[in-house]
Amino acid sequence: MSVLVDRDTRLVVTGLTGREGTFHGLNNRRYGTEVVAGVTPGKAGQDVEGIPIFDTVHDAVEQAGANTAMVFVPPRFAADSILEAADAGVQTIVAITEGIPAHDMLRVYTHLRRGTTRLIGPNCPGVLSPGKANVGIIPASFFSEGNVGIVSRSGTLTYQIGYEIAQRGFGNSSIVGIGGDPIVGSDFIDVISLFQADDETELIVMCGEIGGDAEERTADFVADNVTKPVVGYIAGFTAPPGKTMGHAGAIVSGSKGTAAAKAQALEAKGVRVGRTPTEVAAIAVEILGGVRT
Amino acid sequence: MDLLEYQGKQLFARHGVPVPDGAPASSVEEAVQRARELGFPCVVKAQVQIGGRGKAGGIKVANSVEEAEEHARAILGMDIRGHTVHEVWIERASDIAAEYYASIVFDRSAKAPLLMLSTRGGMDIEAVAEEDPAAIARLHVDPLLGFQDFHARRLCFAAGVDADVVRPVGALLARLYDAFVAEEAMLVEVNPLIVTGERDVVALDAKVTLDGNALFRHPDNAKLRDPAGDDPQERMAKERGLTYVKLDGDVGILGNGAGLVMSTLDVVAQAGGRPANFLDAGGGSKAEAIVDAVEVILSDAKVKAVLFNIFGGITRCDEVARGLIEAFAQVKPTVPFVVRLNGTNEEEGRALLAEADLPNVTVEATMDGAAERVVELAA
Repeated sequence: MSVLVDRDTRLVVTGLTGREGTFHGLNNRRYGTEVVAGVTPGKAGQDVEGIPIFDTVHDAVEQAGANTAMVFVPPRFAADSILEAADAGVQTIVAITEGIPAHDMLRVYTHLRRGTTRLIGPNCPGVLSPGKANVGIIPASFFSEGNVGIVSRSGTLTYQIGYEIAQRGFGNSSIVGIGGDPIVGSDFIDVISLFQADDETELIVMCGEIGGDAEERTADFVADNVTKPVVGYIAGFTAPPGKTMGHAGAIVSGSKGTAAAKAQALEAKGVRVGRTPTEVAAIAVEILGGVRT
Repeated sequence: MDLLEYQGKQLFARHGVPVPDGAPASSVEEAVQRARELGFPCVVKAQVQIGGRGKAGGIKVANSVEEAEEHARAILGMDIRGHTVHEVWIERASDIAAEYYASIVFDRSAKAPLLMLSTRGGMDIEAVAEEDPAAIARLHVDPLLGFQDFHARRLCFAAGVDADVVRPVGALLARLYDAFVAEEAMLVEVNPLIVTGERDVVALDAKVTLDGNALFRHPDNAKLRDPAGDDPQERMAKERGLTYVKLDGDVGILGNGAGLVMSTLDVVAQAGGRPANFLDAGGGSKAEAIVDAVEVILSDAKVKAVLFNIFGGITRCDEVARGLIEAFAQVKPTVPFVVRLNGTNEEEGRALLAEADLPNVTVEATMDGAAERVVELAA
């Protein structure tokens, strides 16, 4: 097994006819993902290397059986595209688009939470379940099937940590980039719950970074609900205190959002935190019983 | 994007949030003229995007033309914690009977707007939040429902607002929420929100952060950007589409992806070095972006060695290598470089570097090894 995307994934790509959409949509298909449709309003009847284009996501669901959507449209159209996919009955939406206005996402998030659609992202690298499906822009060639689940707010850092683990002989059940925007569809807790329920996942790596209090809340959740080992990493120990959001930012969470505070919160709940990507990989491998050759 | 106080007040005024009469000025003569028009007493307020203006002497009351001139002369050009004052805001002085605090912020945890109201406004609201959290009334608003009258009543009664101003405070909160939504703000904060001797409710300060991603829908707001507020190197980087933050150290850093760059800073610090900057060349970095990045990093004279830490996903390592070779041809750096390339086309990238045999460039295989090496070279 794996989480979110697998061999049953039937993907529709909104924005497939755009430059980035074409490049990554075809890349995902080459990996083995079942890419069944693209959506570009006004271009129904055309195709991208054999992938049929529809005017609406509803048509892609009805006529091509899409059950997962990848959103690749420009930021000003992305919120609408996510809502359209949800309205068409798509169950998993992966939004890659960077730069979606936060108030758009506020409305989208609030609406989706009332239904059953799951949103990953936006501003994320997507989801890779090695050997099964790749939905997004994660460079799949570095990763193989295995038992480590990775969830991360950052793209390249995820690759770095995944790569270090891969070099020690371990593969991944799934790698999930949840995105770094103020409002993302799924947070650490949502994805860790999926990994906890996934048979294949034996160990969970979470990569956080400074800002917000998602890591602190996750620490509490892990202590109460997760039986599998969790290894953490927090980027930004030496980051300068950024431009603060007035005083209100600090008042909201009661946490300064610093890397040290986050690492401390996780360690207090029994999550081991590596201080470098290399150390994260070393801890993960130690828990899994040593390097595999 | 953070607005200056007066820009925030002008934005508030557009949405019916009461603010004192005032006008901006960027010269002493202009300030005196504005003060004459407004009448005395008036307040001369430094316009910089940093707190603690009052303590730094950036806010002064003037009772006459002479005082207005004296204060404007002292404040314009003043340095407040690294920010030079280019503009002042001249405002009619207010008769303050009570100081409240009000704000609306994006609550990332609840994923909803959070409204806060307190009767203990004024200087140090953060201390109030720490010592007596109950003194700040808090309430989330469903963004699909919007702000309702009952929200206003609940906040006012929970905060213990004086009974006679519950209605005007509630009305101000409703307009503040309108402004928050209509202008697509990430934060609106009023500290203090005052009750005057005549029992009027007025926003005496305005802190507004707008969502940079939504500026395409707000062309007028997009013009409010204040490039003078940026560090010159940060401005140069921004013009070239790079994310650059200047730090105090001497190890120049370039990476791709914010998380990996932050992690690189950490690893360099753990190896005993001090990063000179944060520079994210972004996803899919092309050779020209690398040339620009090298120029920006080396424009900081303190840099003694530079670390390139790339994990190629969309970014191709051969493009990065080409960019570095091009940068050496154009910029001719005199400080040593350490390069670590992993990911897409890493072998091609390393082969290009080996072939070019650039002076003073060391290629390292791992992130930790590269960090140790660059720290040695900077020592």
